[in-house]
Amino acid sequence: MASFAQFGNDLFTGRRQINFIGRRRTWYLLTGILLIIAAVGIFGRGLNFSLEFEGGSHISVANIQNTKNFDSRAHNAVKSAVGSADNLQVTKAGATTVTIESKKLGKGTSADTDKVAEALAKEFHVKQSSVSTDFIGPSWGSSVTHKAIQALIVFLLLLALLLSVYFRTWTMAAAALVALVHDLFFTVGIYALTGIEISPATMIGFLTILGYSIYDTVVVFDKVRENTDEAIRDGNRTYAQAANYAVNQTLVRSINTSVVALLPITAIMVVGIVFLGPGTLLDLAVALFFGIAVGTYSSIFIATPLLTSLRHREANIKELDRRALAYQTSQASVLARTGTREQHTPGESSSGVIEPERAKAAKAAAATKVRHREIHPLAKRDDND
Amino acid sequence: MATRARRSTAGKPRQILTILLLLIVAVYAGIAGTAAWGSPKGQWTPLLGLDLEGGRQITLQPIVGKGEQVNAGQVEQAVNIIRNRVNGNGVSEAEVSTLNKKLIQVSLPGNPSEQTLKSLAQSSELSFRPVISSQQVAAPTPQGATPTPSGSASPSSSPTSGSASKSPASKSPASKSPASKSPASKSPASKSPASKSTSGANDILPQAFRADTQKPTSPSSKASSPAGSSSSATPKPSPAPAPDRQLPGAQPQPANGSDDAWAKFPVDSIWIQNGLAQSGDTYQDLFQAFPCTQAQAPKGKPAVEWREIAARAPHSQPDVGCGDGYKYLMGPVEVEGKHLTDAGYGNQTNQQGVATNQVEVTLSLDSTGAKEFADVTKRLTPYGEGNPKNQFAITVDGKVVSAPGSRSVITDGKASITGNFTESSAKTLANQLKFGALPFSFKELTSNQVSPEVGTDQLQKGILAGLAGLLLVVLYSLLQYRALGFVTVASLIVAGVLSYGLVTLLGFTSGFRLTMAGVTGLIVSIGITADSFIVYFERVRDEVRSGRPLRAAVQTGWGRARRTIIVSDAVNFLAAAVLYVLSEDNVKAFAFTLGLSTLVDIAVVMMFTHPVLTLLSQTKFFGSGHKWSGFDPDRLGAAGVTYAGRGRVTIADRKAAAGSTAAEGGQA
Repeated sequence: MASFAQFGNDLFTGRRQINFIGRRRTWYLLTGILLIIAAVGIFGRGLNFSLEFEGGSHISVANIQNTKNFDSRAHNAVKSAVGSADNLQVTKAGATTVTIESKKLGKGTSADTDKVAEALAKEFHVKQSSVSTDFIGPSWGSSVTHKAIQALIVFLLLLALLLSVYFRTWTMAAAALVALVHDLFFTVGIYALTGIEISPATMIGFLTILGYSIYDTVVVFDKVRENTDEAIRDGNRTYAQAANYAVNQTLVRSINTSVVALLPITAIMVVGIVFLGPGTLLDLAVALFFGIAVGTYSSIFIATPLLTSLRHREANIKELDRRALAYQTSQASVLARTGTREQHTPGESSSGVIEPERAKAAKAAAATKVRHREIHPLAKRDDND
Repeated sequence: MATRARRSTAGKPRQILTILLLLIVAVYAGIAGTAAWGSPKGQWTPLLGLDLEGGRQITLQPIVGKGEQVNAGQVEQAVNIIRNRVNGNGVSEAEVSTLNKKLIQVSLPGNPSEQTLKSLAQSSELSFRPVISSQQVAAPTPQGATPTPSGSASPSSSPTSGSASKSPASKSPASKSPASKSPASKSPASKSPASKSTSGANDILPQAFRADTQKPTSPSSKASSPAGSSSSATPKPSPAPAPDRQLPGAQPQPANGSDDAWAKFPVDSIWIQNGLAQSGDTYQDLFQAFPCTQAQAPKGKPAVEWREIAARAPHSQPDVGCGDGYKYLMGPVEVEGKHLTDAGYGNQTNQQGVATNQVEVTLSLDSTGAKEFADVTKRLTPYGEGNPKNQFAITVDGKVVSAPGSRSVITDGKASITGNFTESSAKTLANQLKFGALPFSFKELTSNQVSPEVGTDQLQKGILAGLAGLLLVVLYSLLQYRALGFVTVASLIVAGVLSYGLVTLLGFTSGFRLTMAGVTGLIVSIGITADSFIVYFERVRDEVRSGRPLRAAVQTGWGRARRTIIVSDAVNFLAAAVLYVLSEDNVKAFAFTLGLSTLVDIAVVMMFTHPVLTLLSQTKFFGSGHKWSGFDPDRLGAAGVTYAGRGRVTIADRKAAAGSTAAEGGQA
């Protein structure tokens, strides 16, 4: 762990820097490929919607003492209750729970579902109260989806407004939104590719990703703004370097927060998989797990690089870059004279950070040079006199 | 300067912590208060949602004909009606809400009977009953306007509630003998017993004569109306006509719906079965006992229960209902709500077709309804204004929404109600008439029975997951932040205590229920809450790295972290708020807990974590940057920077240090 702390220190001071911004074309390409794969999944394979969206019945029987031959017993019970047991999916969740799912039980009415529940309770020798039934009409899911999409659009609009006001530039809002949409699209893509079922709880999870992903991006952008404001004031770093420095400085925080957020979610996932089976808890946790992981990626590899690309062409940013390059060139020549060339760190080019020692040396060298010039030859002669 | 700063920072955090403590105490005192004196009693644990507590949740979808649309107003009205029904069924803690503005969701705890479920989805009933007598019970609302002289050509009736403050009419000499009364009512037999009686011109007898002809008491009066009138008049499946069964031969037979004889009738068995009346009670007794408000209700029998039974009273029998500050004893149903085709409101037009200032509510009836209505108004109009019998009550689910007096015979099925209506009161009434009788019934879109055992199991596992997650977060922060991790743990505990208290309190004040989605939201918020501590700690560390002493680093770090924490929490809160406003059901519950935990997060960071860290930074352990404090300047690489700044560390030393850390990094 000491090395992790040291790693953080080095990122902060600039001794060690990862060139996130400079290699942004690589991330764009990588992200592009990933998004194409996600798109192929979504539009090619399609999404696997749960019963709630298609309509059907879901019955779960808990506290079963003897789950032997549960499949055939469930089939028989269903058949005796409503006449046929076609399209039946019987699964065991946990040690004592059996779930039965069907697109249509009997005539597809809620009364038939209740009948089946009764028969199952008898078959598995459990109390009626141990049986949960869930009957969903076919038009249920569409209204849920409709509502979710509506909420999404309103949220994005309000968010754009809030971020534009807070950061006082539309570019940050735009970059944050692109990262957000990326997170959502990519997460949904993962669902399409893996074929994990999407339930209403998953939809809630998707919507929560929004808040979380933007949280991450805002924290990084806050540092970016601080660094770039400083750069514009001092003129010693280009915009890209200042932004890259910010990403590096917040990297440890990004990792820590993601880990801390993922820990409880992982706990939920484990409990969900081992004890509960599919349900609100597990579905939400899985959606958040993917979402937060993807959100951390996007806040580092997409949001800030994109911001740099967006601001690249702005007149004052161009001016800053010119000033910063000029400053750095002159500094480099000074540094070269101090003979510390071999200590050149990666941070120097990617983030425009010079190690404090070298900066000190450079400053001293520059000062000598200036002082050297300041002393007029005549004054020197006077001195000698 | 330094001492001044020290004094101010030492005083303030303690104050803030005290405020937080008071806040927590206030929340829990509030819970204690609701648990001790609340009505209904509050509890120390959060209210649980259906999916955790067990129960039945159904989603109802209106069934409408082709090309018809259900609008939000109708659904809203339906929700109110269903809510009344559920409450009337005596189901406590049932919830009725709209879903996506089109669907209605009903949550019932326990395992409700099929009959209960069925009764919810039935379409609602609006019916017209003639008033027999009325009694003022409270100040009438503005809508219950004083009657206005009819100057209009259109047949109009006006609410006469203002004039109806008479004693129960059965005691008044207004009653006539059934024989002399030849009701105009020609309504189908299914409507009322009165329909069987002979019909003819509605010769109204002079007041004096009325006074002479006392209430029908003799058996002959019974004979005058068909002996089997009550049985033949009750074609509805009510098993046996109550009057005959209970007091055979002793009952006068009412001739029409307005007959005072009804008051002497024994009440229908439905009232007795539900314990609201005793065997042998008459409708007059029921009328006296019937509570219009909760305050008037006898103990253990909420007013709503009376109303619910009133709504279910047989059509062929009299009924009691309340509305506009009046209590009405009403005759059997004479026009059924299904005959009402439309209702509207607007300014009345006079004979010249010019709109007047008078606001009216209009109703249209279909041909059957028009005929029935004509018959009734023919009978009622001659009673004259001021007589309760002149009034025709419109009831919806046991409630009298209006009881206008009949001013003229209406034959075309287009009635108008005038009075001191305002635009909005007219609109309310028109809507009640239009939607009061639900033009649609419902079908079950989803039906979800959660067994309490499954719910409990889910909750237990959820809590288990939460604790495991918390433990992991605690371990990780101890590993990352050493002693500082304990601040995280303490903050999380404070956040947990605050959230639990608020969720419990909100359960009492706003009926907030914790669902599985809500529990998940709370667990997820552990991570989000811990996140703001990390942002804060990392900022402080940054300041330490820059060479500031811890005490100053905490303050400058906080200044910067605070901004970040506030804006990120604002974004999170925005997401929660949008979800809360725009979504329904489970998503709403989740959004609520997420929003709540965001607010709790801000409160805890500002009022607990920061003050505590400020205080800790003044201790020797943290202030001097002990190795295990999490703020060790050496570990944070600050010492090097600081000393290099003073020129004590040579570049060679730095190189050596860098080399050793690089090696360490390689090993890790």
